[in-house]
Amino acid sequence: MTIIAADELAEGRPPASPDSQPPAQRIEGRTPLQLAWARLRRDKVSIFCLFVIVLLVLSAVFAPVLTGWIGHGPNEQYRDIGLSPEGLPQAPNGTFWLGTDDLGRDILSRIIYGTRVSLLVGVLATALAVLVGLAVGTTSGYYGGKVDTFLSRTMDVFLSFPFLLFAISLVSVFQPSLKISIFVIAFFTWSNVGRIVRGQVLSIREKEYIEAARSLGAGDFRIMTVDVIPNLVAPLIVYSTLLIPTAIVFEATLSFLGLGVVPPTPTWGNMISESLSTYLQAPWFVFFPSLALFIATLAFNLLGDGLRDALDPRAARVLARK
Amino acid sequence: MTAVDHAGRTVHTQQGEVLLRVDNAVKHFPIKQGIVFQKEVARVHAVDGVDLEVRSGETLGLVGETGCGKSTLARLVAGLYPMTSGSIEFDGQDISNLSRKAMRPFRRDIQMIFQDPYGSLNPRRRVGSIIGDPFDIHNVASGADRKKRVQELMEVVGLNPEHYNRFPAEFSGGQRQRIGVARALALRPKLIICDEPVSALDVSIQAQVINLLDDLQKEFGLTYIFIAHDLSVVRHVSDRVAVMYLGKIEEIADVDDLYDKPRHPYTNALLSAVPVPDPDRADTRERIILRGDVPSPVNPPDGCPFHPRCPKAQTICVDEMPPLVPAFDDPASHRKACHFPVADGEDISTSTPSIDQTSTEPKVGSTG
Repeated sequence: MTIIAADELAEGRPPASPDSQPPAQRIEGRTPLQLAWARLRRDKVSIFCLFVIVLLVLSAVFAPVLTGWIGHGPNEQYRDIGLSPEGLPQAPNGTFWLGTDDLGRDILSRIIYGTRVSLLVGVLATALAVLVGLAVGTTSGYYGGKVDTFLSRTMDVFLSFPFLLFAISLVSVFQPSLKISIFVIAFFTWSNVGRIVRGQVLSIREKEYIEAARSLGAGDFRIMTVDVIPNLVAPLIVYSTLLIPTAIVFEATLSFLGLGVVPPTPTWGNMISESLSTYLQAPWFVFFPSLALFIATLAFNLLGDGLRDALDPRAARVLARK
Repeated sequence: MTAVDHAGRTVHTQQGEVLLRVDNAVKHFPIKQGIVFQKEVARVHAVDGVDLEVRSGETLGLVGETGCGKSTLARLVAGLYPMTSGSIEFDGQDISNLSRKAMRPFRRDIQMIFQDPYGSLNPRRRVGSIIGDPFDIHNVASGADRKKRVQELMEVVGLNPEHYNRFPAEFSGGQRQRIGVARALALRPKLIICDEPVSALDVSIQAQVINLLDDLQKEFGLTYIFIAHDLSVVRHVSDRVAVMYLGKIEEIADVDDLYDKPRHPYTNALLSAVPVPDPDRADTRERIILRGDVPSPVNPPDGCPFHPRCPKAQTICVDEMPPLVPAFDDPASHRKACHFPVADGEDISTSTPSIDQTSTEPKVGSTG
């Protein structure tokens, strides 16, 4: 090693340091998100949860392929081999890995297809809620005064709705469908996002860089989009991750009550609902959809916790856990 | 002198010509109470009738204690707050209470440097885009042209142009203040308001930033309003100095006149509080110790705002606000608002007021 360095010096070249990079890369600052990712990577629990979520997403996307490999469609009824002679569901076995339901359908295939509905509703409803909440919360916090009073009271009204009761009546007015489920869930969650955003904007608005932007002649819209909202990214990512499982459970609840996605389309919620008549004889029928729901919810929640720590450099929990 | 500047605007300012004229500026902040129906219960008299002239090419120092209204005055000039009353004239045009749209062209000429180099830069944005903001907002340059001009600016203020893509957090306090200076400089303004630009910095860094501001003034012919509470910094940078107390200007003069012959008792008290590096001299000099605290700007005293604490106060001080005029045989540029100005060589550290000041002092606990 020393000999090589001496050779290089003899040739008039500086010894190559191990971390020398081309200048173009060296001056590139790491974004706060890159730093957060570096912190998140050290958090084993979060990485495992992220892995689980990726698996869920893959199984939702490739549901037809997966059920093709298994060989049982989600809605195919195997009344001959899927049901016992008494007409009861089959326990998990070599053909039906997670057993069958009361109509002789493969529970595994149905759970895989149920992932589609759960994730779709979870993500879309959350996205819609965040979008509306962000717009209303930012406007409310930024302008303050009468605008704030009006929008804040509106959010209070939405927060004080008895969720389920209103959801039930809303769904029964419109016909139950995937779209209605997404809309109803977003309808009841956007005000939570709005409150958080408003609180953050209230503090950001007083920062000197907002005053600096104003003194440069920036308009309200520019200040909101260029200076305010980027500072909301971290709390929004965390809150979205925590909202997704809520939305998933909400959807399962609606489906359970028969107000969500219409059967025979499998969802975790309506599977649990269908299992009610036979769960004493066929506990796997209620167990596996519930387990799927549990795993998905837990993974999102733990990832949300990890993200909160990773995105907030002041939080010391990641370091402590390491 | 008429010239055309880089943006094609006609420039008709001259060294020594009045660039900014503030006429009886008043800013009161209402204090409101009530949950749904808010009622104004009191007003903070932040700026209470200020007359000021800033000449092109000069540096006007603005000093005073915390809460005396100097930052509010700066923000009125920068058009960040609407004025309660009064008028501001910039470059011969009235800019008081213009609408946002009408104010836009003037914002290119009046820029601001902020006190806190940590708070005045958005932590989520790259330095290049922060400094490029003025170009973007005023549609001056975009794309590669903007990047080139931003990097030029970074070089002008002594930053490495290669740090274009860094975030503010990757810079030190002094470097961050340079970023703020570059942003203020971007549109080649005529007037830069420096709101305590160095008070958040280390002393060694203060000198660097002050020298930078000085160099830029020479290079670009800038006019500064320099706000600070460090009197030695103000003496170093200013051509003229105005002393503010409770929203009013108490004394204004060329820098040497003010420091050598302070006329207002408050200026005297301020100057006597400047630390002296020599301990022997520090022991022998006469400090003027003011009694009490600054009265609340919610309910400022009648007459001269300084009378409750002034060692020379007499009955007239309670009744009448003294005009801002020269004292004795001072030049016209040296004006003070005091009925009983301090003469050369007069020692006011032993003076006693002829009025009962206990009655005018705020009661303990009443103002918090």
